[in-house]
Amino acid sequence: MSAPLHIVLSWSDWLNLFAHYLMLSLMSVGGAISTTSDMYRFLVEQHHWLTPTQFNESIALAQAAPGPNVLFVALMGWHVGMNAGSMAAALLGVGVTMLGIMLPSTVLTYTAAQWGHRNRELRAVRAFKQGMSPVVIALLLATAFILGRAGGHDNAGWPMWSLAIFSGIVIWRTKIHLLWLLALGALAGALQLV
Amino acid sequence: MTSFPPPERLRPQSPTDLFVSFTLLALQGFGGVVAVVQRELVERKRWLTAEEFVEEWSVAQIMPGPNVINMALMIGGRYFGLRGALAALAGMVAAPLALVLVLAMLHARFADNPAVAGALRGMAAVSAGMIGAVGVKLAGTLRNHPLPLAWSVAISASGFVLVALLQWPLMVVLFGLGGLGSVLSFYRIRG
Repeated sequence: MSAPLHIVLSWSDWLNLFAHYLMLSLMSVGGAISTTSDMYRFLVEQHHWLTPTQFNESIALAQAAPGPNVLFVALMGWHVGMNAGSMAAALLGVGVTMLGIMLPSTVLTYTAAQWGHRNRELRAVRAFKQGMSPVVIALLLATAFILGRAGGHDNAGWPMWSLAIFSGIVIWRTKIHLLWLLALGALAGALQLV
Repeated sequence: MTSFPPPERLRPQSPTDLFVSFTLLALQGFGGVVAVVQRELVERKRWLTAEEFVEEWSVAQIMPGPNVINMALMIGGRYFGLRGALAALAGMVAAPLALVLVLAMLHARFADNPAVAGALRGMAAVSAGMIGAVGVKLAGTLRNHPLPLAWSVAISASGFVLVALLQWPLMVVLFGLGGLGSVLSFYRIRG
């Protein structure tokens, strides 16, 4: 994989990258994906450490791969390092960006969750957790809707929707293992049925 | 602490159990690990009830950081403190990270293959359905909610319209409608 971009990164650049991701971590309410526009500005437009294509592919590949979506951050770090010229730099890029994006939010969430669990009988804590649930359920349904629509970006249309709705109903009504449905989806896609 | 968990509830055996369980969850999660977490932890392993799942997921949403990572931290931390949280977190990240890096190296070679692109598209459609099913199942918990069913359904419906159809910023909706729900619940829960 030859890098489409050749850059030189000093230690202060690496530090700068780390610090930027530490900051983004604290802003990433709703997930790291909500800070992607800022990442684009920082990595592509301001520093020219990534090409726009590398940026978009990082997101697309992480979405397609199993695991949490936040791994797109690791792929950005990977590409920055590859552009800097070596596999070792790529691994450093992964470490710097992933540690940066996870450390502050993890510490904050863990602390808050432990506090909330210790005080779970407080009326305010119960009201907060239960009061959020209607909107949280709405967000899950909205995510499904948006994913279903985004999947059909180029003239895919109703076969995509049918597959999504079919899987939704099967999962809702049966106990079938999710991997069977994913395999079915992959097969239907590979045969160009959706 | 002594009352939790109730005897009929199952629980992870050890931080290693958490690590292995979350690794397996993460590797099944294409496009949305939350659906797998709900399926495995609520329906199969029964570490959480559906109500607890919604509550934990609310907190995971509202805190900064990736939602499913937050969820892993909270569930791990609840049973084994910091060790449990780190075990769950590592399970969620380690194997998928290694895998995605391998995929990145292979990607250049196979990205143009129409069968590969099609397979990814098909899996994306299935994950949309998976997440939708979680939403529908969890909507059932609104029956046990302190708010009257009509109120909570009205909040859910407006949330869906605002985010999915009108594309309002997530945070505005989460804090706006979530805040409204919390305040109303506060007065409905008799302390």
